[in-house]
Amino acid sequence: MIRFLRDRKVRDVLWQALATVGLVVVVVFFVRNASDNMVKAGIASGFQFLWRDSGIEVPFNITGYKPSDTILALLWTGIVNTILVSAAAVVVATVIGFTVGLMRLSHNWLLSTLAAVYIEFVRNIPLLFFVLFWYFGVLAALPTPKESYDFLGIAFLNRRGLSIPLPNDVAGFQLALLAIAVLIVAQIGLARWAKARQARTGRDFPTWMVGFVLCGLLPIVALAVAGAATSWDVPTLRGFNYRGGFVLVPEFVALFMALSTYTAGFIAEVVRGGIQSVRQGQIDAARALGLTPGRVVRLVVIPQAMPVIIPPITSQYLNLIKNSSLGAAIAYPEIVAVFMGSALVATGQAIEIIAITLGIYLTIGLAVSAFMNWYNARHRLVTR
Amino acid sequence: MKAVRPPLPGWLETLRQRLFATPVDIAVSFLCLYVVWRISVPLVDWLLVEANWRGTSREDCTNAGACWVFIRARFAQFMYGQYPVPERWRVDLLGVLAVCVAAALSWRRLPRRREAAIAALVVLPPLGIWLLYGGLGLRIVETREWGGLMLTLFLAIYAGLIAIPLGILLALGRRSRLPLIRFASIVFIEFWRGVPIITVIFLASLLLPLIMPTGFNVDRLARAVIGLAFVIAAYMAEAVRGGLQALPDGQVEAAQALGLGYWRITRLIVLPQALRIALPAMTNEFIALFKNTTLVLIVSIFDLLGIAQAALADPAWVGMNMEAYVFAGAIYWFACFGLSQWSRRQEKRLSAAYGR
Repeated sequence: MIRFLRDRKVRDVLWQALATVGLVVVVVFFVRNASDNMVKAGIASGFQFLWRDSGIEVPFNITGYKPSDTILALLWTGIVNTILVSAAAVVVATVIGFTVGLMRLSHNWLLSTLAAVYIEFVRNIPLLFFVLFWYFGVLAALPTPKESYDFLGIAFLNRRGLSIPLPNDVAGFQLALLAIAVLIVAQIGLARWAKARQARTGRDFPTWMVGFVLCGLLPIVALAVAGAATSWDVPTLRGFNYRGGFVLVPEFVALFMALSTYTAGFIAEVVRGGIQSVRQGQIDAARALGLTPGRVVRLVVIPQAMPVIIPPITSQYLNLIKNSSLGAAIAYPEIVAVFMGSALVATGQAIEIIAITLGIYLTIGLAVSAFMNWYNARHRLVTR
Repeated sequence: MKAVRPPLPGWLETLRQRLFATPVDIAVSFLCLYVVWRISVPLVDWLLVEANWRGTSREDCTNAGACWVFIRARFAQFMYGQYPVPERWRVDLLGVLAVCVAAALSWRRLPRRREAAIAALVVLPPLGIWLLYGGLGLRIVETREWGGLMLTLFLAIYAGLIAIPLGILLALGRRSRLPLIRFASIVFIEFWRGVPIITVIFLASLLLPLIMPTGFNVDRLARAVIGLAFVIAAYMAEAVRGGLQALPDGQVEAAQALGLGYWRITRLIVLPQALRIALPAMTNEFIALFKNTTLVLIVSIFDLLGIAQAALADPAWVGMNMEAYVFAGAIYWFACFGLSQWSRRQEKRLSAAYGR
């Protein structure tokens, strides 16, 4: 018997069997308790509640949701709101993060210290603090609608939120977006052709200049044309509040500001680390070949820094999406607030609602890490 | 040919190189100075110069600056929440005790340091719960009366005490030879890492009472601690895994050649080295935990930030939002910044001592 136990394979099987049995016992214990307790408390189970009328008011939605819609529609509204604030914050956090990260690397002592102060300030304070600070500290101190901050007479900021104009006809914008997509595809094709030609004949092509026109200037022209072609619903002061246009509620603005400035601090550190990971010898060698400073950055630094930067930046984006759940603390109607909060109170079906909510976040997370793996496999630095 | 200007004496030359090397640099530097000036002058004005320091009520705040009278009047609440005043000595005693033990243990030449550390880890946590909660001769203070900074520290330390060992076990499990253990660890880690912490705190406060036998009540605060601990354990496991992966294979192979078993290799060879490498990453996770304790606000537990938030509702002190936030934020900032500086120092010391 003892000798039998000395066999490693036998012991491996035994350990695993033991662990499995232990796990199953614990799970069965919990599940039985849960079903007992649910029967006692008279809680229904199943997913039929998703098709019931919700009766829950959502003050901020772009899905056209009404309280007479189903709980499923409510969930969808929450998802859309989560995506809305996350997408906006991801863009701004990236811009601020790259700017601050590059500032941090400046040889100008003042500039890099300013960036360092920003980074250390943001990273060492809880995000919830910033969310509450923006909501109760900054936005609550804004003036009443009558004394709004006026931006060129078309956008108005007051304690009820940010009122922005809305186009009456979106067909022009749809056309413009289509045109922009075509331009981007054209630019990619052009870049490929230019690269192939340079490899073949050695002749240079001003890809970046053309790209700037194709993907930078022309889209602006297209959007401007579309904007001029339609009439606008500009918010105007009527009585005590602004009517018309679209109102970004203070909850959105506070959450957006907090998420973007907070995540930017983390992105800045990622960017700094990525650029510092490019060895000085690479830059020296590029300079010795006579490349201009701009080309050193474009052809040597960025291509080597990006594979280092992209994976951690993706996980920062993922954190941002998860952190948007802090909107629940100021009643911004995202997934957690409307579904785990309002819908759960209305139906009492805790297990189903928690499972769905966690499932949504896990799906987003899996999608992002799948992308990350794909990117890593594609851009692994080939070394000799 | 460009004329080479002679170097200026001493620090002036450093200043020139760092700030005024080129015309662009000069412009940037002045722009920065302007920004600093525009931000810092009103800030210092509000924080210090124009601030009100003395008094007892809102009427004493006559200057244009911050009303620190408010913080003075509510200082005890920020520290203890609603903890009953005659019992607050217990919190103080625990705090003094913990600081003394930590100070003694951080003295490297303490005789029998390892044994003393283990003894402290076994004795202090239950002692702390007894002192704070009561029973056995002490008056019982329900957890809903706890609050403020004391609660923040309690959450961070007790969740950390669960999360660190659990995280180490999970990291070992993820690198285990046994496929079932490995699979279970991966599922546990990726699940908790994949969901927002706020949902976990919700989940813990809703599901824990449901899955326990009827009549067995899990305290509200304990639910929050367990929820936080599980998430942080998952993140902690990834930090430890980094340390495990950095360890050269030769270490384990040499130990195996000496005839040591799995647990002895892990305890004597792998963990001491891996944890040393993982220390900075683990400190980062602890800082994250400290920041994330604020999320218990969502289930109406009033930690430092929650107390600051609740103080805004006091009709006697309307409009003290900024003061409350600045005070709470400063405490969080100093705690987190201090921790990260400590971790950097440790990292330097260890890398100097072990050549990594």
